[in-house]
Amino acid sequence: MAGTATASERRNPLAPYLLIAPGVLWLLVFFVVPIATLAKTSLAGEGVPWWDGYARAFTDYGGFMLRSFKFSLFATLVAIALGYPLAYVIAFRSGRFKNFLLGLVILPFFTTFLVRTFAWKTILNDAGPVVSLLQWLHFLGPDGRLLNTTWAVIGGLTYNFLPFMILPIYVSLEKIDRRLTEAAQDLYCSPGRAFAKVVLPLSLPGVFAGSLLTFIPASGDFINAELLGSPNQRMIGTVIQNQFLQVHDYPLAAALSFVLMAIITIGVVAYARVLGTEDLA
Amino acid sequence: MTATTAAREAPSTRETPLGRRGRLQGWVLDAFGGLVLLYLFLPIFVIILYSFNRPEGKFNFVWKSFSLDAWRDPFKYAPLVDAMKLSLKVASISTLVATIFGSLIALALCRYKFRGATGIGLLLVLPLTTPEVVLGSSLLSLFLDLNWRMGFTTIVIAHIMFSVSYVALTVRARIRGFDWTLEEAAMDLGAPPLRVVMKVTLPLIAPGIVAAGMLSFALSLDDFIITLFNSGSEVTYPLYVYGARRAAFPPQINVLATTILVVSLLLLGITVLWQQRRLKQALVAPGA
Repeated sequence: MAGTATASERRNPLAPYLLIAPGVLWLLVFFVVPIATLAKTSLAGEGVPWWDGYARAFTDYGGFMLRSFKFSLFATLVAIALGYPLAYVIAFRSGRFKNFLLGLVILPFFTTFLVRTFAWKTILNDAGPVVSLLQWLHFLGPDGRLLNTTWAVIGGLTYNFLPFMILPIYVSLEKIDRRLTEAAQDLYCSPGRAFAKVVLPLSLPGVFAGSLLTFIPASGDFINAELLGSPNQRMIGTVIQNQFLQVHDYPLAAALSFVLMAIITIGVVAYARVLGTEDLA
Repeated sequence: MTATTAAREAPSTRETPLGRRGRLQGWVLDAFGGLVLLYLFLPIFVIILYSFNRPEGKFNFVWKSFSLDAWRDPFKYAPLVDAMKLSLKVASISTLVATIFGSLIALALCRYKFRGATGIGLLLVLPLTTPEVVLGSSLLSLFLDLNWRMGFTTIVIAHIMFSVSYVALTVRARIRGFDWTLEEAAMDLGAPPLRVVMKVTLPLIAPGIVAAGMLSFALSLDDFIITLFNSGSEVTYPLYVYGARRAAFPPQINVLATTILVVSLLLLGITVLWQQRRLKQALVAPGA
């Protein structure tokens, strides 16, 4: 950060604290405190040991948790496979269309997330052209369908969070000093090698940020599983939502929510260690 | 992020870093990128197309025949209109508050070196690395604990909470590395503090704030999961759409979604033009 000690700072040492106070207080009261209440709620079962919620979370719903992580991991990998090349094209090959293409990438944000997922329901419909085409090509059996399958759910998850993968990768590619690759080629490095040795390593922070921005929301999402899948594809988000809003088993629901958060936090820290970047923002 | 400075110095050659060779590979890459864009766009085409559908029955999921009915009567369903109004109200209030709160944090982080700045940076990132279902449910457990009635207020509180981070990070990214000595120059020349803020600080950070505000508004209008936990009996536009899968899914939903898209595009176009004009003015009179 380019924060240099300025004259105004010396004039009023309290100034930065006054500036951050309202927003930070809001985050403390409505983000940090709720996490603590969530922990408290998870331990507040009546007439049962304190760990009862957690025990049930793992024994009864561990499968949903595992499935959520599997689907999200898969969606993240597909999003890298689709998003990296597009980010690369935008960063290096789009010329004066760069801003236009970036605009196209964020365009989906301007139509409601839910309505877009419903649109996938229309596209993948049994009577729709996609299913007919795949059946004609014998990729699907005559009774084969796309809706209510694992593929539909993973496709939906990938779709919903793909822009969050493309944009960070684009940002990290855009930052690469072109002279580095020119130097590599002047030294008779083949294009493929220049990519593997120069471009790819320098773009890893973007891949890292994009993976987090895809994996984390995907693992808690239940809209895609609910709209595009069957009960066989149900994810942990549905369970948490049901337990909180329909069943009202708060200790169990809070335990599930807390475990989800804990696993993700541990995963993020481990991932940051492996990729060697902890600079998220 | 220190890499920004390096990028700025780089000459903006419009050539792929992998040289002139491999035209065919380049072509394949472009085609692949195009297909990915198509994938991103397919549902949007479908949404627009199906706003012109005359569905058989109550659910607009299968194409029947072309019709302008829904466009002629977009406000046919009162609950849908009410939901849209509520969403716009929530988005307006939460955007206003979150944009002020977030911009102040960004300003503090970029302008001052102070103890705890790193911690604040972490506090801003954490809501983004927490699944929405956890954010929503933990807020719900707080409201249950306090015995608050869920409704309009709790929705707005939730929306401000998740927007503050986005605003602060967006504004910070946009204003990092600005030359804040301009402010001191103004002060040294005898400008009173309020005048410095109005004439120097605000014009410098305005584009970042506008971008962050638009992002915050779009996020609020779009949010489903967090809202579901904290809405009580209130129904926002996304909540209405979700409920519609059970009762009826009229093409009016598509009409409204298409309208939101068109209005956003217009707003985006206007801001881009505005910023280009500012840029031109700045080039004509450097430092203005």
